[in-house]
Amino acid sequence: MTTATDALMPYDEVLERFDPVLGLEVHVELGTATKMFCGCPTAFGAPPNTQVCPTCLGLPGSLPVVNGVAVESAVRIGLALNCTIVDWCRFARKNYFYPDIPKNFQISQYDEPIAVDGRFDIELEDGATFRVRIERAHMEEDTGKSLHVGGSTGRIHGAEYSLLDYNRAGVPLIEIVTKPITGTGARAPEVARVYVAALRDVLRGLGVSDVRMDQGSLRCDANVSLMPKGATEFGTRTETKNVNSLRSVERAVRHEMQRQAAVLAAGGTVVQETRHFDENTGFTRPGRVKETAEDYRYFPEPDLVPVAPDTEWVIGLRKALPEPPAERRRRVQTDWDLSDLELRDMVNAGALDLITATVDAGAPAAQARSWWMSYLSQEANTRGIELAELPITPVEVARVVALVAEGGLTNNLARQVVDGVLAGEGTPDEVVESRGLAVVSDDSSLVAAVDEALAAQPDVVEKVRGGKVAAAGAIVGAVMKATGGKADAKRVRELVLERCAQ
Amino acid sequence: MNELVRSTASELAALIHSGEVSSAEVTRMHLERIAAVDPEIHAFLHVAGDAALSTAAEVDAALAAGEQPRSPLAGVPLALKDVFTTVDMPTTCGSKILDGWQPPYDATVTARLRAAGVVILGKTNMDEFAMGSSTEHSAFGPTRNPWDTRRVPGGSGGGSAASLAAFEAPLAMGTDTGGSIRQPAALTGTVGVKPTYGGVSRYGLVACASSLDQAGPCARTVLDAALLHEVLAGHDPLDSTSIDEPVPAVVDAVRRGAQGDLRGLRVGMVKEFAGDGYQPGVQGAYRAALDQLSALGAELVEVSCPHFDYALAAYYLILPSEVSSNLARFDGMRYGLRVDNGAATAEEVMAATREAGFGAEAKRRIMLGTYALSSGYYEAYYGQAQKVRTLISRDFTAAFTKADVLVSPTAPTTAFPIGEKVDDPLAMYLNDLCTIPANMAGNTAMSVPAGLAEEDGLPVGLQIMAPALGEAVMYRVAAAFEAARDAAEGGPLFRRVPGLEVPA
Ligand SMILES: [Zn+2]
Repeated sequence: MTTATDALMPYDEVLERFDPVLGLEVHVELGTATKMFCGCPTAFGAPPNTQVCPTCLGLPGSLPVVNGVAVESAVRIGLALNCTIVDWCRFARKNYFYPDIPKNFQISQYDEPIAVDGRFDIELEDGATFRVRIERAHMEEDTGKSLHVGGSTGRIHGAEYSLLDYNRAGVPLIEIVTKPITGTGARAPEVARVYVAALRDVLRGLGVSDVRMDQGSLRCDANVSLMPKGATEFGTRTETKNVNSLRSVERAVRHEMQRQAAVLAAGGTVVQETRHFDENTGFTRPGRVKETAEDYRYFPEPDLVPVAPDTEWVIGLRKALPEPPAERRRRVQTDWDLSDLELRDMVNAGALDLITATVDAGAPAAQARSWWMSYLSQEANTRGIELAELPITPVEVARVVALVAEGGLTNNLARQVVDGVLAGEGTPDEVVESRGLAVVSDDSSLVAAVDEALAAQPDVVEKVRGGKVAAAGAIVGAVMKATGGKADAKRVRELVLERCAQ
Repeated sequence: MNELVRSTASELAALIHSGEVSSAEVTRMHLERIAAVDPEIHAFLHVAGDAALSTAAEVDAALAAGEQPRSPLAGVPLALKDVFTTVDMPTTCGSKILDGWQPPYDATVTARLRAAGVVILGKTNMDEFAMGSSTEHSAFGPTRNPWDTRRVPGGSGGGSAASLAAFEAPLAMGTDTGGSIRQPAALTGTVGVKPTYGGVSRYGLVACASSLDQAGPCARTVLDAALLHEVLAGHDPLDSTSIDEPVPAVVDAVRRGAQGDLRGLRVGMVKEFAGDGYQPGVQGAYRAALDQLSALGAELVEVSCPHFDYALAAYYLILPSEVSSNLARFDGMRYGLRVDNGAATAEEVMAATREAGFGAEAKRRIMLGTYALSSGYYEAYYGQAQKVRTLISRDFTAAFTKADVLVSPTAPTTAFPIGEKVDDPLAMYLNDLCTIPANMAGNTAMSVPAGLAEEDGLPVGLQIMAPALGEAVMYRVAAAFEAARDAAEGGPLFRRVPGLEVPA
């Protein structure tokens, strides 16, 4: 068995000698309230085996009933990927024995998927467009989860015992399969990553899934093969599973290219197998070696009737699709007058939706962008979380922007309000109230504070009067400190200069 | 023998609902009968005496309080095939692999019976996972035919059919995948109905072959079967293959049929189901039945269904294929039998459990099906069999343009001795030659007693087949035939079951 010490060919050399071919299979867990074939809830993180019933446990006598919302999601995904939605399709049984699959078959779709022949244009980092052709999108049910206890590797072999949680069993999945992706050359790893990222954006825009790679609601299997330069036949492929982040998708593809190239260059042959990606080492390792090829003995699921999407219904769903993310980006770039770099930064930070929503809530685009891209981005960085995971909503950010515009807050105070919201102290208005952050706009109290500060620092007053206007900053600072930052610094400065001139 | 246990379900219902006899009394009599004869018959795998008496008491209390009966069968006892899930009784399907399993949910059939106030006496014996034609493939020992206890009662629902013939229950539930309701009915001189596929919910019916399985009523009279049919049938949102259409009015159809007039009705005799391989006494009873139908005014026409000749072969590809998948879940991981034998891996536990838990016939069909679905063989076997299935449906469609119902013997022979065919699968499979086409096409069919075979004095069944959702015309013909046959022979066939009297 090969290990993490697999030989790797330098990447540049790989590209001189081989052309990579990719095939990406993405599993999306739908965000439906109930499972694919029963009424059990799908919420993530519930105590083990609390979201189960006879059907998703596969108890004798139980029967599946198709979740109509899941079918609708599948159709919308198909449409968003420019697929043909078939007018008739069936479920099939995929038969294999494994403890996390309660019936020892998975209800899936085989040769009659609901969506076929799509295309999906993605934008690479340099702005070039790359077209990925979609083979199919089909519906299936998820498996349960096994926890292998006692072994060194957390795998079934060598484990003392295994625990099974069937909460996930029967959760609706859509599997999206690309046609072989060729012509990427050196950019194969990037294409893989950008494809998954773009797909994630589309799925998020459709609202069909929370697309969390870390929680497994978006999972990617990467098929990689190499063919010698000039060859026309594809090489033997491997399928790398367990790729749980965008970065890992890129690393896994790159690693497989380098590993396979080394194998081929040494006169070896690539073994068609399932490999697992190790996030820590960046290496792939082979899955369990099977003595015989898996024969899933697919046949049409006799417990379900065919699914026949009504043409009018599909047309209606197509009309109601949200604007595709790529088009939306182009529109936003024009509307907000952004450079390519600015746009890319926003997209990469996952800020586009948030900024748009903030603008929709009434904030000017420039301020909305500034909040999310600087202060809040830093905060998310500090906390080590995604921007979208910050406990503040676009509507709240828009309210803070409005308070500043109305003159009720200074920028400095606005940051304190945002800090309060992030700390869970309530809405911006509640934070202003509870922290007492309203701007002091009554000049008489400010004048008193300014006079006090001037009296305390006669030397500075002298300097200002001597023409060193910059020295006024010290007085302004003192006033701001005395007023707890509530004063409008610009007005304080004006007052300081006025009083000094008298 | 207490006269109550010889009564029909409709007679018992009338007595109970008028207050002449309590359901508790009726139930007690049947439990006593079971206690007396079941050690010999072995129709039951589980008797739920206390639960039955408590259901009966509830029905009695409701009636005493002046409530209307919850259904025309409220208070009447029933024997439930051990293939329907029940929260208060084990469900074994006649298999060691489910020995002791108590389901956490009721089948829709079970729930509808309970809602109708039907008193469930217990669970009846069957061939393992409904695979067999003699009930000899039960892991818990064979059921004996009350007409001759050295013989089989048919299968897979031999327990349900025998419980009727032995007067242990006036009603029973069966499931019919290739004849498992009709063939035992024929071999025990009782009535058995396979409704249209989708007519009765399969939810909670432990699957044999999903596309062929259909639950249906078993009784001693056509009227009783119809009364039970109406309790069971109707759309169930938990079964995607259940038909969302009004339930055919079968009780009305029976009352109409009992008037004995079949003028204007065309009865098609299936040409392929006659001749070699059919026991002379079966042929004799069948011909007598045809004469009776003709005397009732029906027009007899000969129809040909050429693809019925291929039905058995195609059935033994489709059924095992589905079985191999449906029975995959029995692996010792979650419920039922678990055989460890010091196994090191989950796979080894699964293999050891299945090796120990399944009987020979189950294993045979699992292997056949696994092979038929294998890559490279799928088209030649499963694919071809599905094409034959389509051709059989077309034969039916064509035949039903010439006739309103089709008839044939239900089974080629009368009840055979225990042990005679158990080691000869092909001989066993031939039992279902006439019944399989209706499962393949999904239309409705039933068996009604047609008299006794001359050479052995054992019951013969007349099979009546009708189009999908054509239950009304089928029941009408059955009721007319039953009334005429009873009149000609001086009473119902079931009155002639040998005593089975137990010494006091
Ligand atoms: Zn469930």
